[in-house]
Amino acid sequence: MSKSPYTTGLKDVVLEVAIKQPSEYSTGLIRKIELLSRVRVEKPLIMIGLNTSGKIAGGDRIKMAVEEYVSDRKLDVDVSETGAIGLASREPILGVQLPGRTRILFAEIVEEEVPLILDDIFHQIVPKEKFLGQIRHDKLDPWMDVPFLDEIPFFALQNRLLLRDCGIIDPLSIDEYIARGGYRGFLKAIRNYTYEEICSIVLMSGLKGRSGNGFLTGEKWKLAYNTSSDQKYLVCNAEESDPGAFMDRALMEGNPHQLIEGICLASYAIGATKAYIYIRTEYLESIRKLEIAIESAREYGFLGHNIFSSGFNLSISIRKGPGAFVCGEETALLASMEGRRGMPRSKPPYPAERGFHRKPTVINNVETLSNVPHIVVNGPEWFDTLGSGHCTGTKIFSVSGRAKHTGLIEVPMGTSLESVVVDIAGGAREGKKLKGIHIGGPSGCLLPADKLDIPVCFDALKDAGAVLGAGGILVLDEKVCIVDLVTYFMDFMQQQSCGKCIPCREGTLRMSEILNDIIRKPLDDESHSSLDRFKSLMSLEKLADVMRDTSLCGLGQMAPNPLISSLTYFRKEFEDHIFDRNCPSNVCKELRTYYIDVELCTGCTICAKKCPEDAIIGTEKHPYFIVSEKCTGCGICKDVCKFSAVFYN
Amino acid sequence: MGKTEEILNQFHQVSRDVLIPMLQAVQDECGYLSEEAIEKIGSHLSLPASKIYGLATFYNQFRFAPTGKFHIQVCNGSACHLDHSISILKELFKHLGIRDGETTRDGMFSLEVLACIGACGQSPVIAINGVYYPKVKAGMIKDILEITKLKSS
Amino acid sequence: MMIKIEVNNRTVQARKGETILSALGNCGIHVPTICSMAELSPTGACRMCVVEVEGQEKLVPACSFPVSEWMKIRTHSPRVLRARKTNVELLLSNHPDDCLYCERNGNCELQKLAEDLNVRDRRMRGRKSKLKSDHSGYGIIRDPEKCILCSRCVRVCEEIIGVSTLDFVNRGSNLKIETAMSKPIGFSNCIDCGQCLINCPTGALIEKTEFQNLDHILDDKEKITVVQYTPAVAVSLADEFDLKGNADIKGVMNAALRKIGFDYIFDSSFGGDVVVMEQASEFVERFGKKSNLPMITASCPSFVKYIEEFSPDLISNLTTVKSPHQAMASLIKTWFTKLNHIAPEKVFSVLITTCTASKYEVHSDESLKSGDRDIDAVLSTRELIRLIKLNGIDVNKLETEPSDGPFHATTSAGKLFAVSGGEAEATVRSIYYLIEQKEMPEPRMNKFRGSRDVREVSVETKQGEIRIASVSGLKKAMKILEEIKSGKREYDFIEIMVCPDGCVGGGGQPIPLLESDIRARIRHVYEIDKNETLNAAHKNSAVRKMYEELARAPWSKESKLLLHTEHEEIKVLK
Ligand SMILES: Cc1cc2nc3c(=O)[nH]c(=O)nc-3n(C[C@H](O)[C@H](O)[C@H](O)COP(=O)(O)O)c2cc1C
Ligand code: SF4
Ligand code: SF4
Ligand code: SF4
Ligand code: FES
Repeated sequence: MSKSPYTTGLKDVVLEVAIKQPSEYSTGLIRKIELLSRVRVEKPLIMIGLNTSGKIAGGDRIKMAVEEYVSDRKLDVDVSETGAIGLASREPILGVQLPGRTRILFAEIVEEEVPLILDDIFHQIVPKEKFLGQIRHDKLDPWMDVPFLDEIPFFALQNRLLLRDCGIIDPLSIDEYIARGGYRGFLKAIRNYTYEEICSIVLMSGLKGRSGNGFLTGEKWKLAYNTSSDQKYLVCNAEESDPGAFMDRALMEGNPHQLIEGICLASYAIGATKAYIYIRTEYLESIRKLEIAIESAREYGFLGHNIFSSGFNLSISIRKGPGAFVCGEETALLASMEGRRGMPRSKPPYPAERGFHRKPTVINNVETLSNVPHIVVNGPEWFDTLGSGHCTGTKIFSVSGRAKHTGLIEVPMGTSLESVVVDIAGGAREGKKLKGIHIGGPSGCLLPADKLDIPVCFDALKDAGAVLGAGGILVLDEKVCIVDLVTYFMDFMQQQSCGKCIPCREGTLRMSEILNDIIRKPLDDESHSSLDRFKSLMSLEKLADVMRDTSLCGLGQMAPNPLISSLTYFRKEFEDHIFDRNCPSNVCKELRTYYIDVELCTGCTICAKKCPEDAIIGTEKHPYFIVSEKCTGCGICKDVCKFSAVFYN
Repeated sequence: MGKTEEILNQFHQVSRDVLIPMLQAVQDECGYLSEEAIEKIGSHLSLPASKIYGLATFYNQFRFAPTGKFHIQVCNGSACHLDHSISILKELFKHLGIRDGETTRDGMFSLEVLACIGACGQSPVIAINGVYYPKVKAGMIKDILEITKLKSS
Repeated sequence: MMIKIEVNNRTVQARKGETILSALGNCGIHVPTICSMAELSPTGACRMCVVEVEGQEKLVPACSFPVSEWMKIRTHSPRVLRARKTNVELLLSNHPDDCLYCERNGNCELQKLAEDLNVRDRRMRGRKSKLKSDHSGYGIIRDPEKCILCSRCVRVCEEIIGVSTLDFVNRGSNLKIETAMSKPIGFSNCIDCGQCLINCPTGALIEKTEFQNLDHILDDKEKITVVQYTPAVAVSLADEFDLKGNADIKGVMNAALRKIGFDYIFDSSFGGDVVVMEQASEFVERFGKKSNLPMITASCPSFVKYIEEFSPDLISNLTTVKSPHQAMASLIKTWFTKLNHIAPEKVFSVLITTCTASKYEVHSDESLKSGDRDIDAVLSTRELIRLIKLNGIDVNKLETEPSDGPFHATTSAGKLFAVSGGEAEATVRSIYYLIEQKEMPEPRMNKFRGSRDVREVSVETKQGEIRIASVSGLKKAMKILEEIKSGKREYDFIEIMVCPDGCVGGGGQPIPLLESDIRARIRHVYEIDKNETLNAAHKNSAVRKMYEELARAPWSKESKLLLHTEHEEIKVLK
């Protein structure tokens, strides 16, 4: 068997680390662990954040610059990649660790700066301004005047359990994962626990599905465990189809072995010998990293036949989802895996009783599964202490939109949304006023800024009429138009509905038509006076009830969420659009009718030349005229007119 | 043996389970799914062409015509939407004279709208043949297209 | 095992594991459904059957939710009714508002639902879909604007017919029913069986009608209009006009057709007898030589199209004889015209049938090769009924009349073609006679009758045992043919009908096509056979006369020219 290029070649040492209890480690082994986990390095280490968003922000170019720098100077350094540290708005991120010194991270760098930064750092000088912070370690020498990450509010207020090693370790290295305590949970399970005991441990921990439904994971496993069958399956749901959610991707790119170990444990608990990761095709980086991780795990014997002589067999394969939001829904996902259109089916029977190829199948989310190794190693009671009340553990949020800091935020369950959005993400950007947030993806809810004191917890959010969803938070400032946003989500749902059932297919379409009428000029005479628009809007509330009540799957049931919650909290904005035909945030430009004041227009032609729709006609030196049918309300004419002759009502 | 057959023979399993992976492999190789390819896959797996076509039209990934030399993807995820990705899209419509899902007549550009490219921190984002342009503005579109065209000649 | 459930505060019995819908059906409570159909796999898509179940947060679909002990169900609570009504209103909100012009006006399930749920005002208004209708096929027109996406057609075409011409394409609000690669249906692999059409709740699938010009042609003194009707039409008309007590439906039909204005009226079962004669002789020859066995019947035009499209390797197994009505049409243009000194060009030949595929068949190369089309227009049973109503004819008051010569003599053999198993039964009677030179001792064979989709009979003869099968429902037939190819089954003669139960269940029949109606029609056909002494084709004197005057003998050079055809591969996307 060929050896993977992603291991250090110290397989025996690494396995010893995994198999022995930490109390049994010899000092020699501890030293090796420190090197393997790169807590200590023997030569300089340069790490570049090459997660997807890091790459888009220019990570690849940074890597090239670093490699060029190193080879030009023939330096003996390690260059390696890492995942997302979580602060997406400050990517790309470069980390440097010199022997004996703490690791220091630089943010928002461009490739030209790389030689300057590295020159400085190799001369033990900290380049001013570019640094983000250093990672505390009591055995290593800290840098002067550089804050520790755990002192920066963005990190200090988080409790990073699953994200702990993301952006720190090399995700491709199984050795580094094991050296940091990885696979000990799985080995413990297959050596000391029965299938059922693992189910019970997870049940006791109170772990609930992180995809948003809040179903007790242990209960689902028990159902599958108790359904007798010659074959069972575990499917990891890595479709992550909510726009604005990227925590699963960060976990897969930042620490794939954590997920693989979670899958191993879950498969063991239910007695599945085949596991699949259903992942969206666009996640190229995640797929690449998972493939390598699976290969390494197989090489080390964590996957395969008779794993560590336990008699347990497991293989993991990756299935690339060809892209449909609804395929995140578990029965649609299974249909897709079976080579069908991803249309959900009615439950019961639940997949845990009858799933993939009609066999018991447990489907869990990436984040859910990534929690499992920690629970098995540290015990369910420990997990319980992390959260509050019925919600245990931590939850990762992906914050995007108009927040000061966007990225991934992991907090214990029970933390208030306010603390996530204002204290950690820094509230609205550029001194703007925070209007509210949208939480839970396209079928999530809108909450105004003064309602953010809700704790992060499935039940509390439900009571407040909101949902946790996968944990995507879109931060909205005063410049965001709520009606436009709601229309956007409704359009999205209407395109993503599988179309199978009437309430969802037709209901989302009707809703989207009505909303589009509100934010646009009427398309034809058929639609609508303001009263009509208002009546339509009122009928939507009733329609929403029926959609919730009768749609086959969660997509249709939850599609009205953004609309209904915003009608509760932001009704005034709807009324402004409907009655005054005015968008207070200046987003719905098509509502405006522009006209040119004949008195002021000199006929300079500039507006006609600049109009992208050729909607302005006239003859030079005479007043011009805007053809309102053609005008899309972009407002360019108003901007370019030197005589302030363009107005809108 | 044709390209499609070669791809099909790489699959050991012959069942509906591998339909999607097969379509993906064929599209990766040929750029799109032709009628012939669908027919071949159908007879290989004993599946009616209508079922394969019906399946392929369900998912975003599959195409039935080749893309342009430059494939432009515009992200319209929630973060990009807040940052006016629609005006960028309109700008592209205007300059290219095509809608999303179409290819220009000279075969140079094709346009696709995605729900989330995955760079919400850099919004709005577009990608041309896999090269990303973070934080674009509608005003930059013309130049980006010009430069892209130059690259091809 | 029986359990107790509570429905609308009343305790009723239910079988463990059955769905709520079936339990409700057993206790006489009607819940509306659109997508659910007895023989087809459930989809739970339309949400019309939702009911309230205590302990369930949402409404549940009765058609796919299993009952459990002491489940408390409310089937018509305000919440349920509002949900059903809203969903119908959603369907109506972008439906074309041209009910009055729609072919299905009056027997449309959407209309009925709107009526039943008391939809009285338009609370929601949606944009109309503006999809183009597809007239490319000869048998079937698709009008996607009217489609409510219940997928019944998709499932029938896949699960019962088996050719899977139709499927969903796209998703969400772009969801449509289309053929592979969105080809027009006339260029698809559709075999025009019409089973989709007959199961469609709305006017989204309708037959292509050749009805419009008919009154002008009937009025045209220059034209000699002749009409033939297949045996299945006659028995179907009986229950449509409540003529069940009337023994001589054929006579009533003749009278009605004459009133409508046809000059000559023929019963296609004469053609059936001719087909039996040809087929029996062809079979005896093939059986003797053991060549191209099993011989497969070709009376079902849908099946012939299927073979030409999907299984050209089996073309040589098909009998070359035309279908009964095509054979008949060919005799009309030759023998009948000669006898009556009519120029064949003047004849306008109409076929009334239960089959939509005949509309394709008369256009297919097979009948065009002889120069002209032998049949100029094909009407379905539905169109006949419309024609009768259009002409204001009260069939219950008609005196019966005979059909016209030279085809007036018919036997019950030709009649049997109306049901699956019938053609085989009729042919065996003559095969036996040909080989043994005597009548079958027990010509009425129960093994060919009944409701199973595959029926097998074997007959001992001097030349050996003949193994015969009759199969109805193409999906089933495909399986059998597959098993024959792989050697798992062996037959010498197979009758195949694409539509379940044969032509009485054809795509041109009145809608809705109820199981009970089909059973009644089948009973009727066997009733005729029971009462008829002339029960074999070779006993038909007029057929004998036809051979004497025209075609010399069955399976002769002359008859092959006149009554046989060739089948050719058709290339389509499968
Ligand atoms: C419309 C819809 C989309 C969904 N998308 C996802 C998704 O992208 N990722 C995910 O893990 N779960 C998704 N789910 C939830 C899954 O159906 C399923 O509940 C989940 O994978 C179970 O995992 P958990 O118990 O670990 O949360 C979606 C559900 C619905 C109704
Ligand atoms: S609710 Fe929507 S997505 Fe779900 S099955 Fe119905 S149509 Fe499909
Ligand atoms: S007519 Fe028959 S073959 Fe054609 S689409 Fe309908 S069911 Fe399928
Ligand atoms: S065409 Fe008719 S049967 Fe087919 S899905 Fe549409 S409404 Fe249903
Ligand atoms: S009949 Fe039950 S959902 Fe359609």
